[in-house]
Amino acid sequence: MIDAENLTKKFDELTAVDNLTLHVEEGEVFGFLGPNGAGKTTAMRMLSCLISKTSGEVRIAGYDVSDDADSLKIRKIIGLLPENVGLYDDLSAYKNLDFYGKLYECAETQREKNIEHFLKMLGIWEKRDIIVGKFSKGMKQKLAIARALIHDPEILFLDEPTVNLDPESSKTVRDFILELKKEKKTIFLNTHNLYEAQKICDKIGIMNTKLMAIGTPRELEESIWGNKTLVHLELINDTILQALARLSLKYIVTDNNQLIIDVANPEKENPLIVEAIVRAGGHVQYVTELSPTLEDAYLKYVRETE
Amino acid sequence: MRFWKSWVIATKDFSIFRNKKGIIYSIVILPLLLSIGLPLLISAEGLGKGGIPIAALPNLLNAFSFFFVILAASLTTVIASYSLVGEKIEKSIEPLLATPTTDEEILLGKSFAAFLPPIATIYFCLVIFMILIDKLTYNTLGYFYFPNWNLLIILLLVAPLSSILTVELGIILSSRVNDVRTAQQLGQLVIIPFFALYILGEIGFIPLNIHNLLIISAVLLVIDTILFFISTLTFRREEILIKWK
Repeated sequence: MIDAENLTKKFDELTAVDNLTLHVEEGEVFGFLGPNGAGKTTAMRMLSCLISKTSGEVRIAGYDVSDDADSLKIRKIIGLLPENVGLYDDLSAYKNLDFYGKLYECAETQREKNIEHFLKMLGIWEKRDIIVGKFSKGMKQKLAIARALIHDPEILFLDEPTVNLDPESSKTVRDFILELKKEKKTIFLNTHNLYEAQKICDKIGIMNTKLMAIGTPRELEESIWGNKTLVHLELINDTILQALARLSLKYIVTDNNQLIIDVANPEKENPLIVEAIVRAGGHVQYVTELSPTLEDAYLKYVRETE
Repeated sequence: MRFWKSWVIATKDFSIFRNKKGIIYSIVILPLLLSIGLPLLISAEGLGKGGIPIAALPNLLNAFSFFFVILAASLTTVIASYSLVGEKIEKSIEPLLATPTTDEEILLGKSFAAFLPPIATIYFCLVIFMILIDKLTYNTLGYFYFPNWNLLIILLLVAPLSSILTVELGIILSSRVNDVRTAQQLGQLVIIPFFALYILGEIGFIPLNIHNLLIISAVLLVIDTILFFISTLTFRREEILIKWK
């Protein structure tokens, strides 16, 4: 559905996006993670035909973004939620959506149906005749999402959909995106929110001008380190550490009597570790498996580029 | 070019203007005051003996008509500033550019929005002006002074061309300024040459007769054409998103 090959954007001497290659399948939710200035918005703008590319190839649903005629076709099948909602404060919620519905060439009856459907779904149907200037930030964000969906697009580009929202509004927006996922919409999501990415996305790309890593959330987590076992002891002493050394295990000692040990095969090695510690006179309080988080993966890949 | 798309954009702007009382007042009050005030001034002075000499009347009325050209340029600035800088302030330009609408269709829609309300107001007020002047001068002149070719050229050429000039300037200015007031203040500079023409017409240095009005129209047409090309170069989606600060 979205195919980018070596996509690059330069602003004079500055390279904002460097050789980005990615493929997003139909019905997939793809999350783009990266720090500020990583080129996420620039990449999204290139994919949604808002700005030109310096080099590379991009096809959206088979259409070429650099072709003017194709570009209009692409814009007809995509919906965009930009970072700034950009609604018309002096128009009502209904008129905002109606205006965009017309520009997206949505027939009148379909437009009316869609406006009612999305405003009801997002809980703002009762406020449809109120001017948007009187809306809260969360309501504006919901309305902007409805705007992106007004023409029932095949692909949705969402740039930081929950930024600056309170937790309740964030949850509403997240739940709504999950609803869209169920409807098999292809969603391209830029976010800083790792929890959101993990919860919503099928595939994640970590970007810092270049694409540093790509995969499912689980694949990214596992890509940074293997299995680790955490052993909490009453007290750690040299005898215990020597016993572990005899098992040829790599470990680190934390300052609150915890050992974090690298294990290749937890089911086989964990009993051996516990046995060695007990024989060395240690009192094991608990043993648990440590899993890397998406945050660990994100920080590792981003720091690699700094 | 799909004109209906431009019209959708223009009608959206008209809806916004309707909710902004300040815009309505600023484009209606001054032309209305002039269309009533100028005839009242003539009425107060009187015509003929002790008043305005009959021979000077055509020149005076032609110069008064030219006031509406100044207004056309000035009022368009007010609207053009809201239409384009407003879009920039509300950051609504990005979702607008994301729709399947071409840059030219958006630019034309914005131009309609900035051009039509002031021109409609000017036309309406000019009709009031003509009726009042004819009513005042008919008995003295023995004929209806308006409508005449002078006014028709003003109505159909000079005023629209001066308004279009302001629209084009508004587009170019919008790429450089960030608030409506600055855009309006800078845009108002456009009335200086028109005001100079009015003064020169009033003192008889460049009489605002048919011949001179046609020359002014031709000059405006050339300037409008040049500014049109500059404004279309300015109004490109990439320029707007990246360079319009």
